[in-house]
Amino acid sequence: MSKNVKFVQGNEACVEAALYAGLDFYAGYPITPSSEITEAFAYRLPQIGGKFIQMEDEIASLCAIIGASLTGRKVMTATSGPGFSLMQEALGYAIMTEIPCVIVDVQRGGPSTGLPTQGSQGDVCQARWGTHGDHAIVALTASNHQDVFSITVEAFNLAEIYRTPVILLLDELVAHMRERLVIPQPGEIPLVERLKTSVKEGVDYHPYLPREDGRLPMSDFGGVHRFNVTGLFHDMWGFPSSEPRVVHGLLHHLVDKIENRADQLARYREFYIEDAEQLLLSYGAASRSARHVVEDRRLHGERVGLLELQTLWPFPSGIVRQKCARAKSVVVVEHNMGQIMQAVKLAVDHPDKVFLANRIDGVFITPSDIMNILRLIQGKGV
Amino acid sequence: MAIKNYLRERFFPHLWCPGCGHGMVLNGLLRAIEKLGLSKNEIVMVSGIGCSSRITGYVDFHTLHTIHGRALAFATGVKMARPELNLIVPMGDGDALAIGGNHFIHAARRNIDITAIIMNNRIYGMTGGQFSPLSGENISATTAPFLTIDPSFDVVQLAKAAGATFVARTTTYHIQQMSDIIQQAVLHKGFSVVEVLSQCPTYFGRKNKIGDAVDMVAYFKKNTTPIGSKAKQENPYLLERGIFVKEEKPEYCSLYEKVVQKAMKGQ
Repeated sequence: MSKNVKFVQGNEACVEAALYAGLDFYAGYPITPSSEITEAFAYRLPQIGGKFIQMEDEIASLCAIIGASLTGRKVMTATSGPGFSLMQEALGYAIMTEIPCVIVDVQRGGPSTGLPTQGSQGDVCQARWGTHGDHAIVALTASNHQDVFSITVEAFNLAEIYRTPVILLLDELVAHMRERLVIPQPGEIPLVERLKTSVKEGVDYHPYLPREDGRLPMSDFGGVHRFNVTGLFHDMWGFPSSEPRVVHGLLHHLVDKIENRADQLARYREFYIEDAEQLLLSYGAASRSARHVVEDRRLHGERVGLLELQTLWPFPSGIVRQKCARAKSVVVVEHNMGQIMQAVKLAVDHPDKVFLANRIDGVFITPSDIMNILRLIQGKGV
Repeated sequence: MAIKNYLRERFFPHLWCPGCGHGMVLNGLLRAIEKLGLSKNEIVMVSGIGCSSRITGYVDFHTLHTIHGRALAFATGVKMARPELNLIVPMGDGDALAIGGNHFIHAARRNIDITAIIMNNRIYGMTGGQFSPLSGENISATTAPFLTIDPSFDVVQLAKAAGATFVARTTTYHIQQMSDIIQQAVLHKGFSVVEVLSQCPTYFGRKNKIGDAVDMVAYFKKNTTPIGSKAKQENPYLLERGIFVKEEKPEYCSLYEKVVQKAMKGQ
């Protein structure tokens, strides 16, 4: 079979992947630099009988996809920083009610309206802690279009397995860049379909009673089981409860189902890590420059390696600690003021060997920016 | 089916105060559904946050108790995904028209087939008696110790202007009318708005010295009149109740189906 090759933007790679994963409901609101995603679904979804709706704001967009997910559909919305800020309350609702959905945040410079058309990775911590209360979250990212494709499919799969919202943290640089994309054949990437309850009509179905393996089989709204869904702490029936035992149990369930599986959820790529004395740790667009530095320095015989994270949350602390153990220095390369660097410092055995190479001015960090930092650490001066 | 069969008795007693009007709205709503003969599996009830929104917990439908003000946005998602389901969205006055005002006018503009029931007790009850955008002027509330200066929305005018194709008002005193109106609202294909004046004796009544629950319900009897009645001509201060708007216009999900047909043909 001939390969299905496209030359597309990162945003289009995300759309192709979502359709590959079986997305059939999308709600969105225009915002730069994510609008191409919303526009593409407006065109593509009606062609396959799927549902597209442009809502009145980002809050409504997330609410609408949560409602649609409850009827059994695979759903997504896409936005950028300001819209992602608006979504935080509904994000917490999806976490609390365990409703699968995928939220794309194509990051731009912030805070506030910031730099609408320029790249940033400033929403990493917002993805982790933007919504109120203790909680866990899954947030993924990718640095090139082929990986955007596979990670988007992965986002849908993880949302179904763990019954959780999954955040896809793209950035303007990758989203608007054009690059080659090979669309995988159907079946090439495994898809996870929704786990439906096997409880028959007329038999009590407990929507919030996890199975032995921790998973919660669902019943679609409109189906034979009628149940209550609420953002309040709730019992196995989905009915509000403030009983301390119920509250404690549910909060632990919500956090543990993700945090206890941080290593399993970790997706990452590694380049020349084995003997690396200087280890670059990066993700998303920034890791493209980091990769360039590593390839270049290796040609000069320098032992530089790269760990590219694709799962940012839950933070893969165990893997980061292990991969960083032998390096003399770890340089975190990111387009923010050290949001992942803080997590790396907490994870490694020697936080004082962790440094930051960053740019926060809307400009793509260059290999020479990173080289300068490496030389400073090595005591060579710029 | 008996009314009792629509209730989740497991979750009783309910949390509403003695004398609260919201139980009367539940009564009128369930009688309407009983008369319509709808199956429980065909009904999705979506609510936001507030005293009124707790109604979803007590009924044996597919129920979605969401976040403050956003019930109609969630309901829009459910309806678009499964247009054959009946969506009923009970909301409080603050929930529907303060924090949820934007979603309210946009749901009306789309004319999506959802029945919105605004349980208007003119106060935020759950948080302890603050004024709402439906309280009106010269009302005493915990956030208006010197009485309100905020004018009120007229729900009927607002819904009409925003594009709702079924708009009605009734009260908890007029249970029979409430039930009839809700029946018609559910049957109507398009966005339906039913404002039900409901009493909050705990906060609104007590703060404004209107009396107890019975006095408040009697107030609805005395101060409302059927649309276009002679009494209204004689006393313009009376509030009209009944069906103000009932018109056929293309419904959103049906229009979307046409978009799908067009898109598929174009391929």
